[in-house]
Amino acid sequence: MPSYASFLIRRLFQSFLIVVGIVIINFVVLNIPPGDMADVMAGTAGGGDPGYADALREEFGLDEPITIQFVNYMTSLLRLDLGYSFTRNMPVMQAIMDRLGATLLLMSTAILLAFVLGVLMGMIAGKNAGKPLDAVISVLALIGYATPLFWLGLLLILLFTINLGWLPSGGMKTIGMRGPWWQQWLDIGEHLILPAFTLAVFYLAIFARLMRSSVIEVAGQDFVRTARAKGMTEGRVYLRHVTANAMLPVLTMLGLQIGGMLGGSVVVETIFSWPGLGRMTYDAIFARDVNLLLGVLFMSSVCVVVTNLLVDLLYSWIDPRIGLNG
Amino acid sequence: MEINRRLFTLGLGSAVAWPALGGLTTAAYAQSPVMGGTLRIILSEPVGLVSAVSSQGPIAQISPKIFDGLVEYDLDMNPQPQMATSVEMSDDAQTMTVVLREGLTWHDGEPITSADVAFSAMEVWSQFHPRGRSTYAALTEVETPDELTAIFKFSKPSAFVMNALNASEAQVVPKHIYEGTDILTNPNNLAPVGSGPFKFVEWQQGEYILLEKNENYWKEDEPYLDQIVVLLIADSASRAIAFEAQEVEAAGAIPVSLADARRLEELPFIEIPESGYEAYGNNNFMEVNVRREYLADPKVRQAILHALDREAMIKNVYFEFGKVATGPVPSTISTYYTADVPTYEFDTEKAISLLEEAGFTPDGSGVRLNLTLDPLPYGPIYPTVAASIKQQLAVVGIEVTIRSADAATYYQRVYGEGNDFDLTITGASALTDPTIGVQRFFWSKNIIAGVPFSNASGYADPEMDEILESAAAEPDPAKRIELFHKFQVKAATDLPILPINDMPYFAVKNTRLQNSEVSPYGFGGSFSTAYLAE
Repeated sequence: MPSYASFLIRRLFQSFLIVVGIVIINFVVLNIPPGDMADVMAGTAGGGDPGYADALREEFGLDEPITIQFVNYMTSLLRLDLGYSFTRNMPVMQAIMDRLGATLLLMSTAILLAFVLGVLMGMIAGKNAGKPLDAVISVLALIGYATPLFWLGLLLILLFTINLGWLPSGGMKTIGMRGPWWQQWLDIGEHLILPAFTLAVFYLAIFARLMRSSVIEVAGQDFVRTARAKGMTEGRVYLRHVTANAMLPVLTMLGLQIGGMLGGSVVVETIFSWPGLGRMTYDAIFARDVNLLLGVLFMSSVCVVVTNLLVDLLYSWIDPRIGLNG
Repeated sequence: MEINRRLFTLGLGSAVAWPALGGLTTAAYAQSPVMGGTLRIILSEPVGLVSAVSSQGPIAQISPKIFDGLVEYDLDMNPQPQMATSVEMSDDAQTMTVVLREGLTWHDGEPITSADVAFSAMEVWSQFHPRGRSTYAALTEVETPDELTAIFKFSKPSAFVMNALNASEAQVVPKHIYEGTDILTNPNNLAPVGSGPFKFVEWQQGEYILLEKNENYWKEDEPYLDQIVVLLIADSASRAIAFEAQEVEAAGAIPVSLADARRLEELPFIEIPESGYEAYGNNNFMEVNVRREYLADPKVRQAILHALDREAMIKNVYFEFGKVATGPVPSTISTYYTADVPTYEFDTEKAISLLEEAGFTPDGSGVRLNLTLDPLPYGPIYPTVAASIKQQLAVVGIEVTIRSADAATYYQRVYGEGNDFDLTITGASALTDPTIGVQRFFWSKNIIAGVPFSNASGYADPEMDEILESAAAEPDPAKRIELFHKFQVKAATDLPILPINDMPYFAVKNTRLQNSEVSPYGFGGSFSTAYLAE
């Protein structure tokens, strides 16, 4: 498979350049606004004396000229050293790894839920375009698309935690719970339901709307008519011909949305006290912890680039007409 | 008990010593405490767990549970023995002798000695604690004649040090763990070996911090609780829900929005304690940049204050939390507070005539003066108050532009080089002693670019400096009080800072939690006698 190999090498090289570009832009942008981490720390500490902020700056290496800081950062990054987070008091890599699992669990559950349900709803709506079922699904999708995450999250907590008492209001597991592994997993699952659903709703709506229009478009194509003319049953026509072809734009969207989901997870993680990256990122912005922010942004840009690569590979698998060289 | 109170009102003038007291506090409670149980409290994620190196708010809430202070203060701010059995300040307020309790140990079993105290004071508080650096600035050395005695030597009278000896201001840390290391990045800051009633177990970042009972605590039968789980919930709406669902028992330091606090209070199982925050001396005020020529005239500052209906603000914006402030020393610090100062009632006509006198006449659209207002970017309260101020000042022809920013930008604008602001609505803790908590905003020598919560207004008055400096050096408690009354009159006359609200730093708790407000530090106390009623 020489085409796969050369495709991969080329794309990996491009990805590397993209990531380097992102790091440079991040570094510059994060250093533009006035004030720094030492200001914030001196402030939250309630003031201090004149030497305090300067002593912190010296400790953090923030007293160096910005160009030196940049060179230092890039050289350590090449050694895959993301530096030290002074607001979390630990190496950036450790801070990220501590939280990555929780975010991945939340995001993958949400994206899977959104994708499966969204595609299904979109298919049903598209197949029944113009009928009452379509109208119901479309209105639901519109509501899901328009509902602010934080509002939905709080409302779900109000219903399921306070009024019904079925689910916990936040956190990832019951603290201090001891039990066999399956009980622990059930416990995490119970905590996962509300945040994953909250995060999924918006993307579910996007996928459903996109899938619906895509199905309607593909259903009108010549090859679908041909399939019907061959005497295929309506179900098979939709499964084999329409769905597969209608999936392509949804897949593109999937690749794009995974990056955006990190933004949504900030809100969801905050409301549900989910111990993930999103919340830490948010705190890092306000604490001006540039090292930690650069680390998180670096990791997430790598994630997005890799996902897009995978989506491209998926394309050619689903639709072999799409070459890898194009 | 009487002896302590009398002896320790600043503990000056005479030799002071406590008798060795045991079980003092328990005797006072009518109800017999319930032993055991797990208390769940809420906190914003702290940056560490050791107050000796940081005065950050969330740390001050949890650290005193893991570390004892030399003393603990009772509700009247009288020191009570904790690690120290006696603390004695010399007549000239330059020598302080601390005698430690016998047989104290760190959580790892090592003995606690005067060497730990000396190390903490010389190498940690005076180097790294943001307030300790100035509180202990005059500390020259700590002598340790024996294992239990530490003698602090000051180069200047430092009477106020007696008000800063508790676990969050002067926290003794284990020398054997910190010596010879980089103190700010020592792993002990995240997983501390402490000395207090609760031992650190684990910290799951972003989730919780778990503390468990220290079986070897020096106070017999204490602590009552088996465990404290600290839930790290950042969002205030989520916190309110956790209270409502009874997933948590308590949180201090204004844990939920003011509206939610009033709503939760209606629930039969929720209570907002009326005390237990006095030591924070929390207050909200407006600093005025008096370097600006249009704000240099005190009449303009008086006009602004007359234009604000602070009663209405407290009713409508602060949900009836707090009371109208008269000056920079909040009324909760009863020892030093005086109400006998010039006051500025709500009177828009007076405000307008003062502006006229100062030469500000309305332009074509009725605007006399354009000002910017920077709200302190912590929590929703300051932006809301800023909006209210903008509306009220518009009535007297002052057009206000609110500038919202993140914390770093805010600090640069208000406290950075050039002090690029007109007005800022902000809040601070006056702490237990005006020299420690209030002087910083009024002393001309504290006009220092780049230091948050320093003198940002640029107010410099020799008479004021004289009052503050004498008060800091004065060893006689009665004379200090007199000087601070003079200070409050002067501050309310010159008005570089406009007092708004003496805002309680309140806690929210489930009614099952008992004995949580036994010190003016409230939820920042040790909780060794706290328990959950059945």
